[in-house]
Amino acid sequence: MIRVAGLSVTYGAVRALRDVSFEAPTGQITTVIGANGAGKTTLLRSISGLARAEGSIRLDERELLGMATEDVARLGVAHVPEGRGVIAELTVEENLRLGTLASKVPLAESLASQYAQFPALERRRRNYAATLSGGERQMLAMARALIARPSVLLLDEPSLGLAPQVTAETMRTIAQLCASESLTVILVEQNAKSALRIAHDAVVLHLGQVAAAGPSREIAADPELRRYYLGVAS
Amino acid sequence: MGSFLASRLMTDIFGGLATGTVIALIALSLVIIWQSTHVLNFAQGAMGMFATFVGMNLVFHGLNYWWCLALSVVTGMALGALTERVLIRPLYGKPEINPIVVMIGFLGVLEAIIASIWTTNISMLPSPFSEIYYEAGRRTILVSPFVIYEVIVVALVLSGIALLFRRTNLGLQMRAAALSPEVSRLLGVRVGRLLTFGWALSTGVGTLAAVIVSTGQVLAPTNMDGIFVSAFIAAAVGGLESPTGAIIAGVSIGLVEQFILDFWSTSVAPLSGVIVLVIGLAIRPQGLFTRQVSRRV
Repeated sequence: MIRVAGLSVTYGAVRALRDVSFEAPTGQITTVIGANGAGKTTLLRSISGLARAEGSIRLDERELLGMATEDVARLGVAHVPEGRGVIAELTVEENLRLGTLASKVPLAESLASQYAQFPALERRRRNYAATLSGGERQMLAMARALIARPSVLLLDEPSLGLAPQVTAETMRTIAQLCASESLTVILVEQNAKSALRIAHDAVVLHLGQVAAAGPSREIAADPELRRYYLGVAS
Repeated sequence: MGSFLASRLMTDIFGGLATGTVIALIALSLVIIWQSTHVLNFAQGAMGMFATFVGMNLVFHGLNYWWCLALSVVTGMALGALTERVLIRPLYGKPEINPIVVMIGFLGVLEAIIASIWTTNISMLPSPFSEIYYEAGRRTILVSPFVIYEVIVVALVLSGIALLFRRTNLGLQMRAAALSPEVSRLLGVRVGRLLTFGWALSTGVGTLAAVIVSTGQVLAPTNMDGIFVSAFIAAAVGGLESPTGAIIAGVSIGLVEQFILDFWSTSVAPLSGVIVLVIGLAIRPQGLFTRQVSRRV
């Protein structure tokens, strides 16, 4: 479980996050939605140690705030950043090998498990990541994040730039993985409808503050939130 | 066979290989720094010479050549690591010109420090192997035991570096850290340590080259200045991403220089690097051996 309490982040004169608190339970998907500039990406960067923050972020009983990013990763927090973070100049297999650094599982076994999950990657394992399509890059980013068998998965806009069909497939995969691997997933999405459909809980951010939080069904049914964040008239 | 090995053609090839392998070794050290931190180190020659002075001076005090060589390389590695931590690390994320300017300044500082510490100790660094050329009958073959040693050292170092970057997890992490530091950190790569290691490794290789260049010569702070220019050109022509490219371009410059010396003029020979640069960049501006990654859009 991830517990965020009183989290604040400041970039110069701009307060990107103000006193944000919520919990992301184990084995569930918690989606973070909100308009551009609401602080969604900053929230994930704070959990990974990429953004300096005040407050508290606990992974089970362990305080993550103040830890180096690489140490947070080695604790089992996998972060797929906005734009997917695939290293274009490396091959598919080299990208995957990078993901196994924190893993105690033998490399061959780790690769085999991801190739079984994403067969398209095995066919292209010697190709440079730059040559992959958007959907394949998303697959590679997910496989690389999951290969070390993390306990927490942070996903920043996984549907960005994907066709609706691929987005739906990606969301299905996230839901399946969350259930089968008992992952704690924090999913940041602009595509709120898709995210709410698979998430158990939702946090709505507005100008760096929590505007609403609760079960995703309730958030999706709230007329005011639907109007402001889901683009639905009624 | 003896007359063939002593022919004009083979004499030029052997002479070119002897110079070219050292150029290649220095070019390789530049490629290592580029691959691990994306910085061009203009002080590489001076750093290697500083470490050479620290270690090889002890030869004149009776210490074994090989212990001195080891001490020089270790000193070079420590100097490289220290330089990365103190001078380069604060410049990551700043404009690319900043580390270039800093390292050009550091080059001058190091040469001044060497000159001020070792002012009176001007001595010829002895060679661990004979530098007398072999003979076949009455003909001289431009190969000596020292040249063979030089070529073997370069071949071993090249193979080791190629294996490190292509086949090991450490090399993969070094490449990833240079290409995408933030993503690498998200994957648990200890980027800071790898950047330091990259500089240490590179300066170690550069120091090995500085010792070879200085062997059989008077130790001077500027021993590496001339050959560094050729090595820089070799790294650029071969492609800064490619250790193999740096080696091939370095050896090519040595060969071109030797043939110009023999068939044209000694005054034109120093321009051989420029000739290779112009031809190489005209054929492939991104470097002869840079792998072009086509991007899907």
